[in-house]
Amino acid sequence: MDQTILIDKNGKRTDGRSIDDLRDVKITIGVLKNADGSASIEFGKNKIIVAVYGPREVHPKHMALPDRCVLRCRYHMSPFSTDTRKNPAPSRREVEISKVMREALEPAIMLEDYPRAAIDVFVEVLQADGGSRCAGIAAASVALADAGVNMRDLVAACAAGKVNDKIVLDINDIEDRRISRYARCIFTKS
Amino acid sequence: MLEIKKRYVVPGDVIIEGNYRPLMNVIKKDNFIIATRIGIAESSKDGIKVIPLSGVYIPRINDIVIGKIVDNSSLSWEVDINACFSAHLPAQDVFGRDFSPAKDDMKKRLAPGDLVTARIITFDRTRDPMLTIQEKDLGKISNGEFLKISSTRVPRLIGKRGSMIQTIEQATQTRILIGQNGILVVTGKNDEGIALAFKAIKLVEEEAHTSNLTQKVKDLLNVSEEITQTETNNSSVNNEDYVNNSSNTDNNSSNMGNDHSSNINTESPKEAQPN
Repeated sequence: MDQTILIDKNGKRTDGRSIDDLRDVKITIGVLKNADGSASIEFGKNKIIVAVYGPREVHPKHMALPDRCVLRCRYHMSPFSTDTRKNPAPSRREVEISKVMREALEPAIMLEDYPRAAIDVFVEVLQADGGSRCAGIAAASVALADAGVNMRDLVAACAAGKVNDKIVLDINDIEDRRISRYARCIFTKS
Repeated sequence: MLEIKKRYVVPGDVIIEGNYRPLMNVIKKDNFIIATRIGIAESSKDGIKVIPLSGVYIPRINDIVIGKIVDNSSLSWEVDINACFSAHLPAQDVFGRDFSPAKDDMKKRLAPGDLVTARIITFDRTRDPMLTIQEKDLGKISNGEFLKISSTRVPRLIGKRGSMIQTIEQATQTRILIGQNGILVVTGKNDEGIALAFKAIKLVEEEAHTSNLTQKVKDLLNVSEEITQTETNNSSVNNEDYVNNSSNTDNNSSNMGNDHSSNINTESPKEAQPN
């Protein structure tokens, strides 16, 4: 068992944060020229790039909904994003996270404004360091806004876990491996 | 009601609290007006709106668009109008009512790859947009250079009563056809003029949200002496109108499209030129 002390006696975590500190965040928009909207986020050591296409025609056509837009999300981790090479084929985890992200973004987007159309969100993790789905959701919402999609609000997300009976926010990779309980929360204002 | 001067907003930003009317790209929640797009918030007599800075083209009825023929069925052409829906141009519109799929060869009139200027006659949430080219200045585009810009920049490119586009056209000796969907076709006598017009259009697209844009474009085009002409149109109105009528008929039609659009230029967007 890894004996790393997650919270030292001063209440600091492995990277020097206190239990409710976030890592540094940097978001850049318009990083991809050919996408309708794009954003890249650096969330601590996470590096994620998001592309948004649409609203555009739905292919295959039978997927289109008559009353609202289809939102399609793809969360993918690059083979070089982790310590050991990750198989580029979509894993069960990635398929699940894609669904979670879609469900996190759907309420924020005014899908009913674009009936019979589709919005595609591609989230590519270039470097993973725990909480990449939360960073991905934040970046995706910014990319959607950059694409000019009607939205009720931007979406923010943060992971939380329990270390030594203390609730810790924004878990990094080291904590992620050792944590006893884990939860992700997604926020919008409205 | 002039509490908010122009202000940049992102989705979810509260623009103002109070009993105002939401106009465009805003929603009303409880007593708050909230932006739904990245853009510039503006208040007018009618209510609050956000002028978007990005976004794809969403068709609207009566918009003049430039589209590319993609395919044809036996009764209609499929036209790519740079939107999330492909538009349809019925064959009767071109051949007249006695069109017969057996007799008339649709590919001879409009082949895949041709560009057309068209007006959207019907569009709603349930069906794809329908086009018409049976109007003055509409129809197949024979020649010109093709350019795509964001459709949100189109009102800015046209300018107040077409001032911006006229400036560019006069300085570069070109004619610029504008579709509300952000597709442009530039024709001109010489390649230098066209290249310069492209540069000016790109400048407008990149800096559409900045103020004093007309001056920047004029600096680029070196038209210091023409500033007075376009801005105080009255002194040379006869001369200018003559030029416009003879060479800019297509441009007028595309400006007409602007009348029905979002009108980024709040002051009298009506095209006043007699044609």
